[in-house]
Order: sequence, then structure tokens, then C-alpha cells
Amino acid sequence: MSTQAKRLTPYLFMAPAAVVLVVALLYPIAYMIYASFLDWNPSQRIGEATFVGLRNYSNLWSDANFRESLSVTLKFAALVVSIEMILGVGLAMLLDRKIRGMTVLRTIFILPMMIAPIVVGLIWRYMYHPTVGIFNRTLNNLGFESVPWLSDSFWSLTSVIIADVWQWTPFIFILSLAALQSLPSSAIEASRIDGATGWQQIIYIKLPLMMPVLIVTLLLRLIDAFKVLEVILVMTNGGPGLSTEILSLRIARTASEFRELGVAAAMSNYLLILLMLLTAIMFTYNRLAEARNARLRQAAEEG
Amino acid sequence: MATSINQRQSPAFGVLMVVLIIMAIGPIGMMIATSLKLDVDIMSSTSSLLFMPTMQNYETVLCNVLWYEPEHLDYCDPTFGRALKSSLIIALVSTFFTLVLGTMAAYALVRFRFMGRGVISLTTLLMRMVPPAVLLVPVFGILTFDFCIGDDCLAGTYSGIILVYVAMNLPFVIWILQSFIVQVPVQLEEAARMDGANPFQVFYLVVLPLIKPGLAAASIFTFRIAWNEFLLANALLDRNTRTVPVTIVNSLTGYDTDWGVIMATGTLLAVPPIIFTFVASKQIITGMTAGAVKG
Repeated sequence: MSTQAKRLTPYLFMAPAAVVLVVALLYPIAYMIYASFLDWNPSQRIGEATFVGLRNYSNLWSDANFRESLSVTLKFAALVVSIEMILGVGLAMLLDRKIRGMTVLRTIFILPMMIAPIVVGLIWRYMYHPTVGIFNRTLNNLGFESVPWLSDSFWSLTSVIIADVWQWTPFIFILSLAALQSLPSSAIEASRIDGATGWQQIIYIKLPLMMPVLIVTLLLRLIDAFKVLEVILVMTNGGPGLSTEILSLRIARTASEFRELGVAAAMSNYLLILLMLLTAIMFTYNRLAEARNARLRQAAEEG
Repeated sequence: MATSINQRQSPAFGVLMVVLIIMAIGPIGMMIATSLKLDVDIMSSTSSLLFMPTMQNYETVLCNVLWYEPEHLDYCDPTFGRALKSSLIIALVSTFFTLVLGTMAAYALVRFRFMGRGVISLTTLLMRMVPPAVLLVPVFGILTFDFCIGDDCLAGTYSGIILVYVAMNLPFVIWILQSFIVQVPVQLEEAARMDGANPFQVFYLVVLPLIKPGLAAASIFTFRIAWNEFLLANALLDRNTRTVPVTIVNSLTGYDTDWGVIMATGTLLAVPPIIFTFVASKQIITGMTAGAVKG
């Protein structure tokens, strides 16, 4: 084979994937950034839309609904991620021992993450149903009042959070269990010989050693929490009022119901910037941790 | 001493495990149970565990794909049968193309090393970050107005949405396949080249058969995303090409919800991912945790 053909081979292998990525991913994102400067409705071609500069962005800040939606999103993300971290890490600590059935538990635990978010929403909507749902039925049977799970603004956010905790705690559990089981047994052994109690081991040895994995897990989960859409759409569709209308849902509604594509694009950009910040934090943290590990290893070798 | 503690604690841990398992699959089990109930049983206030299972809801849902005509139906609604066909076509074709393009790109990136691993993991991470809601506006605009031949645009067609799904999944697939290709010994490829194989033969006959577990993991992830996705499918597809998640949401907005039928639809949508989970849980966990454990 000629050398020239050889030099071309990698490009031939790369080209199809590169073309698809440019056409269906990079181009749309560039398109969206451009669209966010337009006053554009779905019946117009993008060329017919009027250029309005930064108006979409500045209008959003004075839009009370957008601010409400942003605060719901932040509240939702902060609450689900903290609850899931505590539960997931706690369960991993409890179950970190050789017990039969661990593989089965792990397999069953990934089911809620594998099935369609639409189906997850469906299941919970049914369970929260005011008359046929299991929660109110059980409450009534025990002699308590029904709870307005999805029709009261306080309860609906709570219900949505409970559903998300059910779906995603296993993710954190699986990751922290993997981290726990790869800890050096020598450190834990040593602390036991020194007479550390179980709690002291957890606080002074296990948690600090797991920290790098835990931080990355937290950030991954946080990024995903901003992307939740379908589960909430099926359960409450953002309501009642705006109590569960997270940003992705508001973007979808602005585009399809209010038919303001430019505003929806500007909102998408805000969300994207937020997520980009989180990703950048995560990447920098990874780099720093790697550099520190390398330094420590080097020091250990020299010493 | 340690063993005696373990033995003493094991009943408590057994109970904890059982509680956790019930909490994890209880809701899914409830969906399946409801899909096997008649409306009367769903509404009745007596115990929800005692009922005569019936396949009637499934017959209603699948009426136009069944080889016989269900007796209880006066009218057969073809929506779901059609949606099932669309879902299958879209998910299978997207998976196929993602894998073909993804394996080739991953191979080039590993073997010819003209782009660092750092760049790839960064793009993967960036792509993981982009929510489908963000792609909604531009993809709608592009498929409706830009990607047209004459008056026929990609909006509403299978090709349009497949293109989007392939692009959405490629970064992750390339990234996960890389870690498998790295482990293929170069000597094997060199030997094949000595025997006169060209690069494409080396790739298809030597490399691909060796990375089957990676291909399995990648295809499960791609299939699952294309199969489960709602938002873009809802915006881009029309009445005839709609997928199952879209029909589920549409049937929920109607006045009276027929829970038995909806739960049957939901169960059918959940079946493929559940099967994958039991067949390949190990690969799925590897893929899921890949981003956190090693970047």
C-alpha cells in the first residue's frame, strides 16, 4: 500500500463520525446561539426573523416566571442531590461487606435508571393518584386524611423530589460502593489496630479517601439533575402553578406553547452556561486531583 | 471475632436488603400488576393484590398487530401498534449507525493517535452536559427549514430523528469503545497486516470480534436512549412516525385516563431495558460509572 493511502486511513475512519457530529450537533448549537438573538416564531424561516440583539436575554431577567422557574430548578437540584448523596453513601457504608445477593441487589438497583423516564413518571403519577394511588389508599386505610400529592404546590415539589430520589439514589450507591471497595485495606486495618471505632473509621479514614470519587459523583448527578424533564412532565407538567416547572420544561413550553423560539434559545443558553460552569469545575477538579496524586506518588518513590 | 459479629448482624442485613429490593422494584411491579387488571379491579377499594390477571389491556394496545381479533373491542385503535413499529425502527437503525461510525472513529483515535484522549473525554463530558431540551429549538428549526430537498424536509421523517440520535450518542460510544480497543494487542493487527490484509480488513476481521463486550455495552446505551427519548421525538415526528413515549404522554392528557391500558403500554416500553439489565448488568454498570471512576 502506498504511503499516501496509509496517511489517509485514519481520516477515512474518522470522517463519517465527524461529518455527523458537525451536521447534527455542532451546527445546531451554533444555530441556537444565533437564534437567541432573534424574535422568531415557528412559522417563520430563520432568515425572516428580526434581529433583536440581547433583548431576549435581558427580558428574561425581568420575567418573574423565568426567575421562579430558575429558583425551582436550583431548589430541586440542590435538594435531590443532597438527599441522594446522604442516602447513597450511607447505604454503601452499611452494605460494604461480603453479603450474598450483592450482585442481585446491584442489578435490581439499576432498573429504575434503565427504564424510560416517561415510564418512571407514569408509575409515580399512578401511585400519587388521589383515589386509586397506593399512598392515599394506605393513608385512608390507616385512618388518615388524603394528601394532595400532585395538586398542592408544596406537596407537588416534594412528590417530584421523592420520585427522583427513588430513581437516582442507586447511581450514587453503586459509585460509592465501588469507591469503598477499592480503598486500600491497609489503612483501614491500621486504624482498627489503633482502636478506631466504626464511626471514627468512616469519618477520618473512609470518607476522606473516597472524597475524589464522591465529588465527581456529586457533580455528575448535579449536571443530570438539571436535565430532568420527562418525569416531571408526566407527573405534574410543571404545575400546579409554576411550583414544579424546572428550566428544561419551561424551555420546551416556551418553544411549543408560547411559540417564542428566540426566547427559548436564550433560556437554553443560560442553562448551557450554568452546566458548562459545573463541567468546568469538575474537569479542573479531576486535573488537580490527578496532579496531586502524581506528586504524592513521586514523593513516595523518592522518599 | 469479626466473623461472629458478621454472623450476628446478618439477619438484620437480610431484612435491610429485602426492604431495599422491594423499594426498588415495588413500583415497577405495581405497574405490571395494574396492566394485568380490569378497570373494575383498579377502581375497587379492596385489596390490590387479589385479582384475576387478564391480558385484555395488552390485547387493546396491540390489537392491530395481533393475529386474532380481541373479543372485547368494538374498535381497534392502531396508534400504539404503529408507534411500536416506529420506535423499533428508530432505535434499531440509530443503534446500528452509531456503532458503525463509533467503532471506526474510536479505532482511528486509538491506533493512529492524532488526537489526545484528553480531547475525547472532554467532548464526551461536554456532550453529557447538553440537555435534550437545549437541542429542541435548533434541531426543530434545522430539520423543518434547512435540511430539505425541494419541499421534503427531514422533520417528521425517520431519517431526521435518527440523524439526531446518532449524533447525540456518538461521543459516548466513541469514548467507551476506546477503552476496549486499547486492550487489543497491536501484534495481532500487525500479523494480519503481514498476511496482506488492508486496514479495513484488519478492523473488521481482527479488531471487531475482539471487542464484543464493548460493542454490547455501547449498543445497549444507544438503543436505550433512542428507545426512551421523548422530547425531541415529540417535536420532530408527526402522526405516522410517532414513537411509543410520545403516544403515552398523549394518552395521559385525555379526559379519562384508562390506567390499565396506559400501564400495559408502559410495561411494553419498559420490557427491552429490563431484559438488557438482567442480561448485561455488569457492562451497564461499567458504562454508567465510567465517567466518575476513571476519566
